[in-house]
Amino acid sequence: MMWYFLMSDSFTFGAFLISYGTIRFSQNYWPSPSYVFNTFPGAGEANLPLAFVSLMTFILIMSSVTMVLAVHEGHHGNRKGVVKWMAWTIFGGLCFLSCQAWEWNHLITGEHATLIDGKIELFGQTMRHNPWGPRVEDQAVMLDALRNSSHETLVNLVHEHNHSLGEAQLNAISNDKLAGMLNLQELHVTRPGPVAFGGYFFGITGFHGFHVFSGVVINVIMLLMAQTGVFERRGHYLMIEKAGLYWHFVDLVWVFVFLCFYLV
Amino acid sequence: MEHGVAEVTIHHEPSSSTKRIWKVFWILLIITMVELGLGLSLYALSLPEGLRMHLIKGVIIILSLAKAYYIVSVFMHLGDEIRNMIMTIVVPLMLFIWFILAFLGDGNSYKNLRNKYDPYYKERTTVGPKADSIATKPGGKD
Repeated sequence: MMWYFLMSDSFTFGAFLISYGTIRFSQNYWPSPSYVFNTFPGAGEANLPLAFVSLMTFILIMSSVTMVLAVHEGHHGNRKGVVKWMAWTIFGGLCFLSCQAWEWNHLITGEHATLIDGKIELFGQTMRHNPWGPRVEDQAVMLDALRNSSHETLVNLVHEHNHSLGEAQLNAISNDKLAGMLNLQELHVTRPGPVAFGGYFFGITGFHGFHVFSGVVINVIMLLMAQTGVFERRGHYLMIEKAGLYWHFVDLVWVFVFLCFYLV
Repeated sequence: MEHGVAEVTIHHEPSSSTKRIWKVFWILLIITMVELGLGLSLYALSLPEGLRMHLIKGVIIILSLAKAYYIVSVFMHLGDEIRNMIMTIVVPLMLFIWFILAFLGDGNSYKNLRNKYDPYYKERTTVGPKADSIATKPGGKD
């Protein structure tokens, strides 16, 4: 029965991903994943495309392996082995969830200079705004935009590149002078990208993350049942196998999420 | 080190199965690394939209399908089930082939129609200096 549940679940994920693909194919421009996902916790502004998501993928594959090993131990009725490998699997799942939490937080709270309505505003990647449009190359347009931008935006922009002055000092400087302090070549201003990107990204990775979360909960229950000897009394570890199927399915879905959002 | 312990505790059992698991793990890891390499090469070469880029993306997709095959058949042991059971799972999934082709084609034709009948849309959404001078509004319907 587990297999038929997984089949129906794969139709759900498939429908989401195909819907994403349809919208993506209907757009002239789509942000490059190497550019959107290029940060790593603790690495500051360093440009490390896809590094963090590779780590997440590795964690999930690794936890899939520990799950198979737990199932394998179950076949031999080895309680200690099952408990050990289940614990590692849960650990892997929690690591993955923490990584995803960091990634989401970083995307939402990030501040990227975006050209909107002839002025520059700072936006993160949310459901309503996508700061990953094509880069603005025309310097005259940028100068115009800087003239129209708010004082707060300019202070933030200058502060990003120039740490010698405190925010209080920058606040006292007039807009024109602040704009003059910015190096146009260095300034990375983009136009807004397709809004659908945020909805699909957060929707699908969120749905997958929820699967990981429920998988972790199921695994914790299985661990406790194995620990207290429920399966030993039952004489078989079939439940571990079923939890394993679910967990591998979560890994399998990630293969395709990884493919659709990060690789192509 | 944890793995070493495992080898010791299960030494009385045939180790062929664990060997197979680790072998598949290495296969998955290597495929993922190749995929990443290709994904990054797309970024590093910044290829224009064209045959070569689609070729690389096609290879990445095929590698992902290979990964899916290994996970399903070895980790999930579907390969060990009876044939009829496998068929009841795999045949309905064949619907995806048609599903994907139909929908992606639909999206593509929507793009072409919009570009053809709404030149302003095309200018606004393609890369270039012309687009820069058109003021863009936050939150479109797309």
